[in-house]
Amino acid sequence: MSAGAGAKKSWTVRLREAGVAAMPPERLLPDGQPTYMSSWIYVFGVLTIAALVVIIGSGTILGLKGPAWWHYTGIGHFFNSIHLWAVEMFFFFMVIHLWGKFFMAAWRGGRSRVWMSGTITFLVSIAAAFTGYVSQQNFDSQWISTQAKDGLNSTGIGAFFNVLNFGQMYTYHVLLLPVVVIALVSAHILLVRRHGIVPPLPLPELGAQGLAGAGAPSGAGAAEPAP
Amino acid sequence: MKRRRLSNAELNEAASHYDGPYKPYDLVKELFVAICVVATLALLFTVFFSSPDEKPSTVAQWSRDLPVDFLNTAVSELDGTSGTATYGPPYNHNGEGQIVWFIHLQSWLGVSHPINTAQDYVYSPLATVPGDPLLRAAVAEYRESPAKVQATWTNAYLAALVKATVVGNGSVLIPKGNYGPLPTMMNELLTLAQSGAFDGDLLTSDQFYQTDYTKSLLFMADGGELAARAQAQHLLGEQWGMMNETGSYPGQVWLWLYTFWYQIQPFSTSDNADVLVMMIMGVLSVALILVPFIPGVRDIPRWIPIYRYIWRDHYRELRSVAAGPSGDGSGGSGGPPPADPVSPPPAAAAST
Repeated sequence: MSAGAGAKKSWTVRLREAGVAAMPPERLLPDGQPTYMSSWIYVFGVLTIAALVVIIGSGTILGLKGPAWWHYTGIGHFFNSIHLWAVEMFFFFMVIHLWGKFFMAAWRGGRSRVWMSGTITFLVSIAAAFTGYVSQQNFDSQWISTQAKDGLNSTGIGAFFNVLNFGQMYTYHVLLLPVVVIALVSAHILLVRRHGIVPPLPLPELGAQGLAGAGAPSGAGAAEPAP
Repeated sequence: MKRRRLSNAELNEAASHYDGPYKPYDLVKELFVAICVVATLALLFTVFFSSPDEKPSTVAQWSRDLPVDFLNTAVSELDGTSGTATYGPPYNHNGEGQIVWFIHLQSWLGVSHPINTAQDYVYSPLATVPGDPLLRAAVAEYRESPAKVQATWTNAYLAALVKATVVGNGSVLIPKGNYGPLPTMMNELLTLAQSGAFDGDLLTSDQFYQTDYTKSLLFMADGGELAARAQAQHLLGEQWGMMNETGSYPGQVWLWLYTFWYQIQPFSTSDNADVLVMMIMGVLSVALILVPFIPGVRDIPRWIPIYRYIWRDHYRELRSVAAGPSGDGSGGSGGPPPADPVSPPPAAAAST
């Protein structure tokens, strides 16, 4: 519903129009993909997101009951196990996704920000997982934190990021770093949707005909120019 | 047909738009199915493998299991020779920290978690013992003695601990010698630790609620209890350290490269290994982020053509189009039409 044509555009309208212009709904949630997207390697991106969903879900349940709950209840241990295995799968899928995109040279065609947002997500995820390991409140967290402190202290990071301080690590693990990871993953997905799936590398032996889309029928299958 | 290797600029231009066919695809359904698959896998792993949860060590447990090691550590905290006592920033000024060239990041950031090992690990806990005049006198005698005398006592006591015997109730007997007031102090400290009171003393600060275990963990890390358990669990640095998990569970395997450097020279024996490894990993992390801009690295996908396998169906179709209906290689419009072409989303056509 609009307040009326010709009226001075409010900040809200400007934001909405800029958002829709940058990311029309059909671009954000397309119902079609290029035909070259027909390999199992494409599954690992969405599997990584799915693992993140399970991590957040199981982590939320663990967070609702507090950090000690999983040590003394069977149901708590169950959700901790779900959380652990989802994390292991998250990294497994993400590393395969990363290697797959590397060997696809997926940064081509102005997609360098897509690659960079993905790799930064990978690195921040390592920090998020690490703060989880040192927040377990068991022997594993005792050992990992006392070993990891030296590397962090050597760079000065330990002055303000104290891995021996459970309260600080727990806050990083359940709030600060998940927010960063979710924000980065969201940005990554939006960038993928904005730029599209990277077309295949041209085959040298096919020359110009090796380019993606060469030989495509004109008309129905052809894409409109970008706005 | 003349074949020429495309430049990076041409590759970028070619990848900035796509004019080819599309197929129907349901992203939301794909995500839903993926979540179901991952949740099911997590459930199966949970049912069959559960997750590890080794109970944490406590000072009480350590002092009961390894009372001689506990006393060794306590004396080293008292005479300022322990790992924590000589650490430097961020715990004290007794060491300069690790250095790379002229960069002293560890000392530049200063002492943010101050720890006085003699005060925090010996004097303060002993001060909590109520109504013991002998102990009070022993502590006063030690504190008021010259450093040279204190060193004589602590050295003699540490040497005696090598010949110590542990009796049934967990107390430690050492040969007679000139240890000054140390036996009184250390015996009381051991009793305090074995009772469990020491664990609480190390957490005591100015407020009721506690979440900071810095003092406790540093004290226990100076001793042998944590390392002994870690060795049994294959968690020592030379055993690929903290990328492993207790038991036979996969740990932080994504830290393999970080842990790898500690296994080789010069890092495995360097006093500055931590800062050197962190620096290398920092450089490699930045390089990973900047792969699209690093000549040579960004060309690896063309040199190792895994992409030919990934997009094999697409290339097969292109070859068939290029061959044409008569197989004369003239290309053109004779290729097979795409399956179920649909309207392309603007995403795929976006020019960057």
